[in-house]
Amino acid sequence: MTTTPASVVSARNLGLTFETNDGPVNALTGVDLDVSKGDFVSFIGPSGCGKTTFLRVIADLEKPTSGTITVNGTTPEDARQNRSYGYVFQAAALYPWRTIEKNIALPLEIMGYSAADQKARIERTLDLVNLTGFGKKFPWQLSGGMQQRASIARALAFDADLLLMDEPFGALDEIVRDHLNEQLLKLWDRTNKTICFVTHSIPEAVYLSTKIVVMSPRPGRVTDIIESTLPKERPLDIRETPEFLEIASRVREGLRAGHSYDE
Amino acid sequence: MEKPSFFNDRIMPVGTIVLALLVVWYIAAVFLNAPFERDTAARAGTPITFSEILPKTMFQQRPVLPAPHQVVAEIWDTTVNKPIMSKRSLVYHAWITLSATLLGFGIGTVLGILLAVGIVHNRAMDRSLMPWVIASQTIPILAIAPMIIVVLNAVGIAGLLPKALISTYLSFFPIVVGMVKGLRSPEQIQLDLMHTYYASPSQTFWKLRWPASMPYLFTSLKVAIAISLVGAIVGELPTGAVSGLGARLLAGSYYGQTVQIWSALFMAAALAATLVIIVGLAHTAVLKRMGIKP
Repeated sequence: MTTTPASVVSARNLGLTFETNDGPVNALTGVDLDVSKGDFVSFIGPSGCGKTTFLRVIADLEKPTSGTITVNGTTPEDARQNRSYGYVFQAAALYPWRTIEKNIALPLEIMGYSAADQKARIERTLDLVNLTGFGKKFPWQLSGGMQQRASIARALAFDADLLLMDEPFGALDEIVRDHLNEQLLKLWDRTNKTICFVTHSIPEAVYLSTKIVVMSPRPGRVTDIIESTLPKERPLDIRETPEFLEIASRVREGLRAGHSYDE
Repeated sequence: MEKPSFFNDRIMPVGTIVLALLVVWYIAAVFLNAPFERDTAARAGTPITFSEILPKTMFQQRPVLPAPHQVVAEIWDTTVNKPIMSKRSLVYHAWITLSATLLGFGIGTVLGILLAVGIVHNRAMDRSLMPWVIASQTIPILAIAPMIIVVLNAVGIAGLLPKALISTYLSFFPIVVGMVKGLRSPEQIQLDLMHTYYASPSQTFWKLRWPASMPYLFTSLKVAIAISLVGAIVGELPTGAVSGLGARLLAGSYYGQTVQIWSALFMAAALAATLVIIVGLAHTAVLKRMGIKP
């Protein structure tokens, strides 16, 4: 199939059915979606709506059972082989026996970067996530928020244009979360990456995204796609403007519509 | 609160137990050795009082239970007073057993790790091998040890290796079990991370599974080194070996040399303790280098 070069992720009628002991589970059905270069796309919905599954399909961690999907114009497997995305998990998943800088070096070692290049990249990404000076610490010596920032640095280290983030701030408290959201927007602005971001927080989705994908469960599907009209420059107090609240209420309506379906 | 001191924390409790054991031991020695003195006196027709029996029970040639100081004297005599390479030196016998222990432990560790790697990476090996590994340990080692020695002798292998292989037979088991668990210990999220990097199986092994298995490996090594020593001693028993701690135990029991048996037992215990402590120190050093939270 053909896609425009600007389309980073393109899904057509995508479906995924898990075979479980209790019979088949429709994790995703009929998903049509395009993510353009430079987009910040949030996937929002209740648990079981397939938002994480969709992200895992992009990352080639799950195989779709129907429909087509391209990542950077190729199959997800080729995209993974080309190391064209960085993945940030719900937990930081740092290796406890490696220092922070060694954790960031992990993908670089695997991908065969030279020692000098590794050093430069570690320094640069630590700076990007405001962790300069913490490179020699072990993960347990850092707070949860700092660990998650280190895991973002690890995903940024090898210059993939696409960043896949699966509820990266879900386990953190509100204040830390606000702070990291602000930093993430700055980072997105500076690096010009395409970001796919899974969340179940409406304010987080509206605050961060250029495009919000509302999903609903059983079967997992897309119910609404909202293009954000907010400016690129977003201070935290933009969340009190009428424009912000209007988008948030549309997201909430979309979530409600999805919920009434199975109750 | 008072700062814990080494004396209060370590020496006091251990010392108290040792002291209690010594008291029990001396009392037991008196009661177990007294009948022999009474019989001797009765045969000679001379009456004997308890206060006369008491000192005699401490210095018998072949006591039922030698008194602690007799064992200490024997150990001192056979370690310090004999040339180390003499056949009457306990150090020499300990070295013979130790060399078989270490060789067997080394082979067992390598074999155990290789089997675990195969079991973790290959479904067929997981299904077929694990039951045999477990079954191997249900056979009493005392029954299989002579056969190993005889069979290997028939094909011309004698000396150190057969004994070492009996150590291997015992020591590979905890390594396999521990390492299978250790190599499977990485969480799904850590494996997924490797998958997103398109890491090769060998990269996943060396950068994730291997380091994650280290705590399991060292726990297994501590068990394995101790039973390696047991294996080496057992290997010396049925073969009429002339040297080694096992041979020393056997010769002692043939000639009723209880003092010799007890001193060989204590030597074996001290050897086992030393080996476990050495593995323990290596464990601490490796985990410290890996930055594990203290």
